[in-house]
Amino acid sequence: MKSASVESAAASAPSDKNSASEDSAGENFELRSLQDRFSESSRFDADSDYLLHLYEQMLLIRRFEEKAGQLYGLGLIGGFCHLYIGQEAVAVGLQSALQEGKDSVITGYRDHGHMLAYGIDPKIIMAELTGRQAGISHGKGGSMHMFSTEHAFYGGHGIVGAQVSLGGGLAFGHKYRGDGGICLAYFGDGAANQGQVYETFNMASLWNLPIVFVVENNEYAMGTAVKRSSAETEFYRRGTAFRIPGMKVNGMDVLEVRQAAEVAFAHVREGNGPVLMELNTYRYRGHSMSDPAKYRTREEVQNMRENSDPIEGAKAELIKMGIDEEKLKDIDKRIRAQVAEAADFAESSPLPDASELYTDVLVESY
Amino acid sequence: MSEVESISRTPAGDTRDLTMIEAINEALDIMLERDPDVILLGEDIGYFGGVFRATAGLQEKHGKTRVFDTPISECGIIGVAVGMGAYGLRPVPEIQFADYIYPGLDQLVSEAARLRYRSAAEFIAPMTVRTPFGGGIFGGQTHSQSPEALFTHVAGLKTVVPSTPYDAKGLLIAAIEDNDPVIFFEPKRIYNGPFDGYYDQPTRPWKGHPDAHVPEGHYTVSLGQARIVRAGDALTVLAYGTMVHVAEAVCRQKAVDAEIIDLRTLVPLDIEAIEKSVRKTGRCLIVHEATRTSGFGAELSALVTERCFYHLEAPVERVTGFDTPYPHSLEWAYFPGPVRVGEGIDKLLSE
Ligand SMILES: Cc1ncc(C[n+]2csc(CCOP(=O)(O)OP(=O)(O)O)c2C)c(N)n1
Ligand SMILES: [Mg+2]
Repeated sequence: MKSASVESAAASAPSDKNSASEDSAGENFELRSLQDRFSESSRFDADSDYLLHLYEQMLLIRRFEEKAGQLYGLGLIGGFCHLYIGQEAVAVGLQSALQEGKDSVITGYRDHGHMLAYGIDPKIIMAELTGRQAGISHGKGGSMHMFSTEHAFYGGHGIVGAQVSLGGGLAFGHKYRGDGGICLAYFGDGAANQGQVYETFNMASLWNLPIVFVVENNEYAMGTAVKRSSAETEFYRRGTAFRIPGMKVNGMDVLEVRQAAEVAFAHVREGNGPVLMELNTYRYRGHSMSDPAKYRTREEVQNMRENSDPIEGAKAELIKMGIDEEKLKDIDKRIRAQVAEAADFAESSPLPDASELYTDVLVESY
Repeated sequence: MSEVESISRTPAGDTRDLTMIEAINEALDIMLERDPDVILLGEDIGYFGGVFRATAGLQEKHGKTRVFDTPISECGIIGVAVGMGAYGLRPVPEIQFADYIYPGLDQLVSEAARLRYRSAAEFIAPMTVRTPFGGGIFGGQTHSQSPEALFTHVAGLKTVVPSTPYDAKGLLIAAIEDNDPVIFFEPKRIYNGPFDGYYDQPTRPWKGHPDAHVPEGHYTVSLGQARIVRAGDALTVLAYGTMVHVAEAVCRQKAVDAEIIDLRTLVPLDIEAIEKSVRKTGRCLIVHEATRTSGFGAELSALVTERCFYHLEAPVERVTGFDTPYPHSLEWAYFPGPVRVGEGIDKLLSE
């Protein structure tokens, strides 16, 4: 019974696509339609309270990541750890437009920011980084592999590009169950060169799936600059061959990101199939903690920090809106305390018991 | 030392101490120099010189058309390498970590391994896929795996695992010169020093280790020849990669007169060396980091039992990784280190 309906859902998907946009085969198909709508008004109209709310979320990510970097330096976090510093506006701007409990999110290994943007407790994220029992994956996943069913956060994946196909499956699930949810699938500019990304684009468009593909273009994949790895460096165009409309968004401005999300998500929710968003951003730190960063100049990083920082940008805007600087300082203090508490928790929690090694391999123990 | 040992040590040139990374780098440099058909490709291997520095300086020296970066596209990297090989080139793709080889598995299994057979040898795929593997670096589940048995199971591929700088250089040159596709697994934990599993002791460098004396210039270590690390009579230990050093340290510490055999290549396997040793000692311990079920140890155990049954004084014993994914936390509880290897030896000797 169940399998019959899987078949019919898949079978009906292509026709859905045709009925949803009848001229999709004709010349009226406009890949830039969403971009045009977005450029009509490209910043979210937020009052100071709301911008303050987004600002706090970004600041929490920044302070959390700074602390994680310190703990790594002290040897409390081992292995691979990828910080999100510089890219905060992307996760915060996009996820603030999701309907929690309804929509799903999936990402790669640079995942702490996406977790925090969802309001997941920093304590259990930090405890996962230090490999403790209290960590969100009981210390068995680590920095790159974190999950939360409660928030429909499907991880945290170490294999570059793999999460994109999984996102296609999540979106299929939303459509199959008719739960009204959409899937947000993040990946990097480097990941955008994996073949399975394009297999998924095709299926998602063919089956008219409710998915938003998000390329976080931070200009580098480890030591490889975008132009050295990619024939088409305008990533938002890469859905063209699959009739997926693209959007190019300044990922360093949280209100622009948020506005773009409004446009994209509405399109997907209305049953029009996938959207591909390119968020132009920048990572300030090395790829992971052991990156000598010889592939770019200090000036390049400095220039980004000074002129495009998403948090400083929001702060300046808040002050202009009349928010008291003292208030902002208090917020920073509160967030620093929250992060310090998470670090203490992560340091003092016990390691998992050795018996944990054998749990969760399969449903049954063996 | 043993015959096996003396056959393989026929190098030319002066020796000096190199790390395994330096030895690999030198092998690649020599092959680029000698053979214009040799090409290196992989993620961050050119400009950056590789995440483990295995290809450092090679792009500068040999140019961007012969040593170059690829996009993150493992299926494509291996696929184009198969085509390059079929055309007559001799590609040496790097897969940054063995954990990322799976997107390219189809190309390895369905194309690289099968091209010769289905074309009755009209086309071949002479390629060497270099890839760091194994644990001990806090890499968690996506930077620590030992997937060698997936490849030994595929007819048409050769599988090589060096355990010393000397062998790394000689085996890599042999692999590149070989006309079959070779998967060259580099035990990343011992790139910079012979880690013996005592994680709480300071790490030792390769410098000063007898097997770090690497001759300059071209030499090969033949594929399919094991190395007797230590001759002995009490039991035979079969190991490869990092576990050779763990086994050696444990036997030294326990003063066990073990015969330790470093397999060096899993396919083709030096079964004669194994058989000869087990017939002499009557006991066989197999050690690998990889998970146990259907691991390469299972094949070794079957072969030893088939060929040496009447000489065995105890059942063949295996010390392996647990049948679980590689954890982020508890790495040393997971790693089949000196304690477990020691227990395996005790059990075998008590039978
Ligand atoms: C299949 C696979 N290949 C290679 C890697 C190694 N690796 C990890 S991150 C990375 C760079 C990815 O860059 P990008 O997609 O731009 O994401 P960013 O790190 O910039 O967030 C690489 C090559 C991997 N984890 N998985
Ligand atoms: Mg990137």
